Amino acid sequence: MKVSIFIPCFIDQLYPSIGLHTVTLLERVGLDVEFRAEQTCCGQPPFNAGRCREARAIAEHFVRVFQDADLVITPSGSCAAMIKRHYVDLLADSECLQDAVQLGERVWELSQFLVDHLGVVDVGARLSGRATIHDGCHGLRELGIRSAPRRLLEHVRDLRLVEARESETCCGFGGLFAVKFPSIATAMADVKCGAIAEAGVDYVISCDASCLMHIQGLLDRRGDGTKCLHLAEALVSA
Amino acid sequence: MNGRAAILARIQSALARPTDVSIRGDSSTTADRAFSRFLPRVGPDADALARQFAENAASLHAEFHHVDSRDHLVERLRELATENDWRTIATHDGPLAKPASEALRVPLHCVGPDDDAATLAQCDAGISECDALIAQTGSVLVTAASAGGRALSVLTPHHVVLATRSQLTPDLPTAFELLARKYADACPSMISFITGPSRTGDIERTLVLGAHGPRRLTLFLLESEE
Amino acid sequence: MTQTARQFQRNCDTTTNDADHRSWIRIALNQAGDARSTAQARFNDWDGACGAASQIKWESLDHLAENLESFEAKLLARGASVHWAETGEDACAYILRVAAERHAKRIVKSKCMTTEEIGLNERLEAAGLKVVESDLGEFIVQLRKEPPYHFVFPAMHLRRNRISETFEREIGAAPTEDAESLTLTARQELRNVFLSADIGISGANFGVADTGMISITENEGNARLTTSIPRIHIAVMGIEKVIPRLADLALLLPVLATSATGQTLTCYNTMIGGPRQPGEVDGPDEFHVILLDNGRTRLLADPGLRDALRCIRCGACLNICPVYRNIGGHAYDTTYQGPIGAVITPHLQDLTNWKHLAFASSLCGACTETCPVGIRLHDHLHHTRSMVAERKTSGLEAMMARMYAFAALRPGLFQWCGRQMRRTLRMTTRFRGGRLDPFRAWRHTRDLPAAPAKSFHDLWKERKA
Repeated sequence: MKVSIFIPCFIDQLYPSIGLHTVTLLERVGLDVEFRAEQTCCGQPPFNAGRCREARAIAEHFVRVFQDADLVITPSGSCAAMIKRHYVDLLADSECLQDAVQLGERVWELSQFLVDHLGVVDVGARLSGRATIHDGCHGLRELGIRSAPRRLLEHVRDLRLVEARESETCCGFGGLFAVKFPSIATAMADVKCGAIAEAGVDYVISCDASCLMHIQGLLDRRGDGTKCLHLAEALVSA
Repeated sequence: MNGRAAILARIQSALARPTDVSIRGDSSTTADRAFSRFLPRVGPDADALARQFAENAASLHAEFHHVDSRDHLVERLRELATENDWRTIATHDGPLAKPASEALRVPLHCVGPDDDAATLAQCDAGISECDALIAQTGSVLVTAASAGGRALSVLTPHHVVLATRSQLTPDLPTAFELLARKYADACPSMISFITGPSRTGDIERTLVLGAHGPRRLTLFLLESEE
Repeated sequence: MTQTARQFQRNCDTTTNDADHRSWIRIALNQAGDARSTAQARFNDWDGACGAASQIKWESLDHLAENLESFEAKLLARGASVHWAETGEDACAYILRVAAERHAKRIVKSKCMTTEEIGLNERLEAAGLKVVESDLGEFIVQLRKEPPYHFVFPAMHLRRNRISETFEREIGAAPTEDAESLTLTARQELRNVFLSADIGISGANFGVADTGMISITENEGNARLTTSIPRIHIAVMGIEKVIPRLADLALLLPVLATSATGQTLTCYNTMIGGPRQPGEVDGPDEFHVILLDNGRTRLLADPGLRDALRCIRCGACLNICPVYRNIGGHAYDTTYQGPIGAVITPHLQDLTNWKHLAFASSLCGACTETCPVGIRLHDHLHHTRSMVAERKTSGLEAMMARMYAFAALRPGLFQWCGRQMRRTLRMTTRFRGGRLDPFRAWRHTRDLPAAPAKSFHDLWKERKA
């Protein structure tokens, strides 16, 4: 089976290894992975800022790039939610609305693709230590991503999964919010870091690298050695 | 200047544009009004309702007693009067409340239209009838007509309610049906659902009874009207 | 940035730096959340209840004009007066007129956010009238000359020692740490106020169209007393509060209580349909209902935003909101705080001075998820952002958005820009959030990742080669 991957802009630039791990993972479960070099961004940054005209242009580019792909997998809950839930309103007046709606059906966030589409929960991974999950807001509330990552991580050998307080509470990233209202964003991250510290874990794992960037940013500033891992990283460990 | 015409005109013009379907979700226009199946379950028979009411009353810190007869009721009221050293009490001109209160031989103030609220405020207890006891919530339904006006059931530190078996009602929807039937033509100016004694949690979320309304609520269910 | 936006940032800085305050708020709101979960579980079908409540509130808006007309007609038939106030000023003027004509001097109030919204107390006091708030939380913040912190729990930010200090200072009470004693102090203080007030002013949680009544939800009994003893009762109610049928309260009252305070019903739920009627022994001689617009028809006119008018003011969105939990209620400087406040304030007031509230959110959606009537709160915050963007087509942010889109349509250019961003990140790491750091807004308080030498695009190309 051939799948196309969409690598979000900030993973492309700041966490390219997550992209590589995503490819490795998909190949490990027997898929043929293609990466279309014309891809850039799903449009979420300007969209969140209310800049719908700009977001729409970027969304149209995305639809053009992927419109004939059978399946598009992305290691980002928030990007998948953007495409699957918000393109329909954003592109309401666009010529490519129909294509966008149909494409949305074929776009999958990574964990939901593995568990709900392929029926795979065990990818043969091993990672020793205690981990807790941070549920990224858009994936959680707009796509219902909750059980898929947990089922995958439960099958990682030597990994002890614990639930932390506030696992569903926003980490404070929220795109531009993190820099427009830095005191609020940092306070929100502080709440997460407190809950993580209480859980006493080695790893914080999420389907959203943007959240992890924010949480790791505060953990590092505090000299807390807890490591944030994207789900893909955890699942390719051996 | 009364802005009636201007406001109604603005409403009309505003609603000329329909709500986005994506926001509204379900485009059907009428709500499902069979509320009973959403609300907390109620017992299947009168005894179950009485038990449910009793449980709810207890958790609300309301006192709830069954009495077999009017004589029994008076006996229990006398006990309350003695235990709590009632100097003056208040009641209204109700067929159950007035005779029962008079039998206590405690100075009695019967509320009337020329009253000064300050007099009522001095009373140690207010004894009233009610329209219904609602099992689902442990509530007492009173109106200005059934419970001696507006202040009697809230101004004294101890509110005593006299109810009869037939007044035990399953749930809130049936209570509202009862109101519609009973007061079809002449609705009292005040209707109140009383659910436990007055309370507040405004001080560090600590429950304190007797904020401004009665600190104690005692409910008597009269099994038989003899 | 406007003055209000600057002040908002300062307020946020203050609370977010106060670990004690944030911790206290978290404890209080976690308790509220637990109570709500317990109460929700008592329902046979909570989701079904919310669905029906949501539909009732849509019906209320669909037929708003007819509902208000029926509400008014029934009230007038029972001898009440109904005044339609386009603005807050108009509502205040009406109340002052009534007070003057009736030679009223003393006013007691039960909790009414709508009167906060229109600044009523200040206007009454300026006219020489004595106004006392009777709800315990409101009474406390009134003594402290503070605004309410939360529109359901006005004094939730105060520990008992602060309350005791306030009572000691303002009403000469003896200091105490005992919650019962503090409550008793307020009870005794307010008793005389109820008995001597000329006018009682209340709000209304709902207005009932088919029977012409207002409905008031409370626990303390102060609204019962406010609307029973004074000879004049004035209720101020937003026009959006009207619902079609009295029987709808059988659902709305428990949904409101469950969502607001974790009770199946609050202690007193009272429907008032007129002044004292013939044959009744007591009750006010006069009952005035003020129907307030004050910008609500502006919200109504936006087919996207009118959703927010269905709010039942339960406060659940405040309780769950991570922004509210970390900045607290006073930071907003508005009558209505939290997500609902952030949605409606820029439209009830003005977009220029209040738009920052729509941006002070990560759009996490917890508010939408918790709202018992299904208001799409985070979508409305986003909608306000789009409105702002449409108006502000010039300036730094507009330019950055255009540049970003320009690059994002050109894959080669997008990659080049990404490379430059990574270079800058690498070069400025040593500034680490100081004044010269272009990434200061982030790096002042948080680290950024090390900039990789290659992007995924680069690595993929290498892989293929």
